[in-house]
Amino acid sequence: MEQKSYFITDETGIHARPATILVQTASKFDSELQLEFNSKKVNLKSIMGVMSLGVGKDSEVTVYAEGNDEKEALEAITETLSNEGLTD
Amino acid sequence: MSKILKGIGASDGIAISKAYSLVEPDLNFTETSIESSASAEEVQRFKDSIHKTKVEITKIRNHAEVAVGPEHAAIFDAHLLVLEDPELITPIEEKITDQSSSAQQALVETRDEFVTMFESMDNEYMRERAADIKDVTKRILANLLDRPLPNPASIDEEVVIIADDLTPSDTAQLDKQFVKGFVTNIGGRTSHSAIMARTLEIPAVVGTKGVTDEITEGDMIIVDGENGDVIVGATDKEIKAYEVKSQALDKERQELLKIKEDETKTSDGIKVELGANIGTPEDVETVLENGAEGIGLFRTEFLYMGRNELPTEDEQYESYKAVLERMEDKPVVVRTIDIGGDKELSYLDMPKELNPFLGYRAIRMALDNKYLFRTQLRALLRASVHGNLKVMFPMIATIEEFEEAKALLIECRDELKADGVDVSDDIEVGIMVEIPSTAVLADEFAKVVDFFSIGTNDLIQYTFAADRMNENVSYLYQPYHPALLRLIHNVIKAAHDNGKWVGMCGEMAGDKTAVPLLIGLGLDEFSMSAGSVLKARKQIADLKKTDMEQLADAAMRSPKSETVTALVKEYTERS
Repeated sequence: MEQKSYFITDETGIHARPATILVQTASKFDSELQLEFNSKKVNLKSIMGVMSLGVGKDSEVTVYAEGNDEKEALEAITETLSNEGLTD
Repeated sequence: MSKILKGIGASDGIAISKAYSLVEPDLNFTETSIESSASAEEVQRFKDSIHKTKVEITKIRNHAEVAVGPEHAAIFDAHLLVLEDPELITPIEEKITDQSSSAQQALVETRDEFVTMFESMDNEYMRERAADIKDVTKRILANLLDRPLPNPASIDEEVVIIADDLTPSDTAQLDKQFVKGFVTNIGGRTSHSAIMARTLEIPAVVGTKGVTDEITEGDMIIVDGENGDVIVGATDKEIKAYEVKSQALDKERQELLKIKEDETKTSDGIKVELGANIGTPEDVETVLENGAEGIGLFRTEFLYMGRNELPTEDEQYESYKAVLERMEDKPVVVRTIDIGGDKELSYLDMPKELNPFLGYRAIRMALDNKYLFRTQLRALLRASVHGNLKVMFPMIATIEEFEEAKALLIECRDELKADGVDVSDDIEVGIMVEIPSTAVLADEFAKVVDFFSIGTNDLIQYTFAADRMNENVSYLYQPYHPALLRLIHNVIKAAHDNGKWVGMCGEMAGDKTAVPLLIGLGLDEFSMSAGSVLKARKQIADLKKTDMEQLADAAMRSPKSETVTALVKEYTERS
C-alpha cells in the first residue's frame, strides 16, 4: 500500500476538466486507487465519485494505491496533478 | 396530394430535402422484472447499450471539437468516463443479477440515487453535475428502449430539420453541409432560431405551430423561407417549379455578388457603412463573402454558453484576436456580455425572475460581477492591437452605468500597460441604445460616449411595453411606428450635434421598408445578417438622400405605422 498527500492550490479546485484527466490516468492502472478528502474516500477511477467530493481550493487530499503497479500509479497521479496546475 | 403548412419566413431561400425530426422520444416505460435465468442476457443487453452510447457520444465529441473548439468538447470526455464509471455500472449490474430488475429499471434507480446525492449538495456547481448524469443516462435509456435520441451532430445526408424550437446548443451542432433548412413550431423573425438561420444562410420557416405533428421523419418537404410555406407530399410538378424558383434565387445572388466590392452610396452620392452581425469567430467567413464593410455587432455570449465554467481570459483573447485579424482593419464592434434574464448560465448562480427582460441582465449583471467583467475587458484590450476594435456596452439605462463600465475598462487598460502589455490607444467606446430612457437622454449621453448603436428588437419591446416572445402581443412589434422613428431621430440628431456616429444592429437595419426611413433619418452605419448586406447595398444605391429626408419628416408626423408604410411606398416608387 502506497499513499501520498497533496495540497490543492488551483482557484477552482478539482473541477470538471482536471477530474476527467485524473480519472483517465487512474483507469490506466490495475491497482486499486482511492482519493480521500474531508475524511471521505472515493474510488479514483470513478468520475462521479471524484466530482462528488467537491474538492475546492486550499484543501488537502490523500491518494491511496494498492496493487502490483501501485508505485507507478502514484507517480502518474502526482504528475497529472502538477501538469493540470492543481498543485504547485 | 400536397399539403401546405403556413409559418413565418425567417430566412430566405428554398430547400427541398428529407425531413429530420429533432424531437425527443418518450422514454417512459412500465416497470417490469425479468426471469432470474435471463439475468446474464439482461446484463449483456445493458453492456451493449453502454457500448452504443459510447459510440454516439464519441461522435458528438469529435464533431464538437471541430465545430466549436476543444474547450467545448471537453465536457463529452467527462460524459464518456461516466459510461465507464464502476460506481455507476456495478450497482446496475448487481440490481439486474440479484433483484431480477430489468436493465432500464436498474438504470433509472441507480441514476436517481446519484442525482439525489448531487442535487442535495450545497454547492451550485456540484448540483449542476446532476444535469450531466441525467444527460448521459438518458442516452443509455434511449438505447435500452430502442427509442434513439435525435442526434443532430451525426447527420450525414442532406436534411431539413423539424423541431419544436431550436436551442443554441442544438444549432451549435448543426453542420451546414448537410442541414439545408429548418422548420419550427414556435418562434418569430427575431427568435434565436431565426437569427441563427440567417447567420448560417440557410432557409428557415418558424412559428408553423404544428410542423412536428404534420411531418414525419423522412418525408420529402419543400421549405420556402421567403413566404413561409412548407410543402409536404409535393408532386413532381411542384418540385420542378420550386427548383426553377431556387435557380432564379441563385441567379439573383450572382447578380448581387457583382457589387460585393462596391462602396455603399445613395443615388446622390452619400456614403453609409454596411456591417454584419456575428455570433462566433466562424461567422466571419460569411461576412467577408457578402462584402460587409465591418462587423456592427459581435455578440460574445457564445463564449459563455454550452459549457461548465467561465471562459478564461486567454480563451476569450484568442476568439477576439481571430475576428479582428480576419477583418483586417475593418471596424469590429464587440458587445460585452449580455447574459442574464432569459439567457442563463448553469455555472453562475443567477436568480430566477418574474420579468427577466426587465431584470438582472447584461451590464447590470456585469457591473455586479466585476471579476467576470474584468476578464472580458482585459481579453478585449489585449486583442485590440490586432485590428480595429470598438467596445460596446449593452442595456445602458443611465449615464452612471456607462461611467462605471468605462472606468473599469480604463482601470484594466492601465493595469495591462503597467505589466508591459501592448494595448491600442484609440479604442472607441460606445453603448447600445435599447432602453427608452437612454434614447430620450441621448444629447447628454452623446457628450460622453464615442458612438451609439441602436438595438431595435429591445428598443421596440421596451417602447411598446410588449414582450417580444409573447405571441399574443406580437402586433405591437411595430418597427415603422412614428413613436419609434422619433426616438431614433432624437438619438441620431444628438450624436451628430456632438460629432459622434450612430449605427443600428437590430433586425430593422436590414428591413426593406425601414432602410429608406433610416437613410432619411441620417443613420451612419447599418448592421444586419450577412445575407442581407448586398440586397441593402443595391436598395440604397437607388435611394436619393434628400428625398428620403422628406420621407422621414413626413413619417415622423404621421399617426400610425400603416401611414408610414404607405408613405415609404409612395416615396420609393416615385424616385
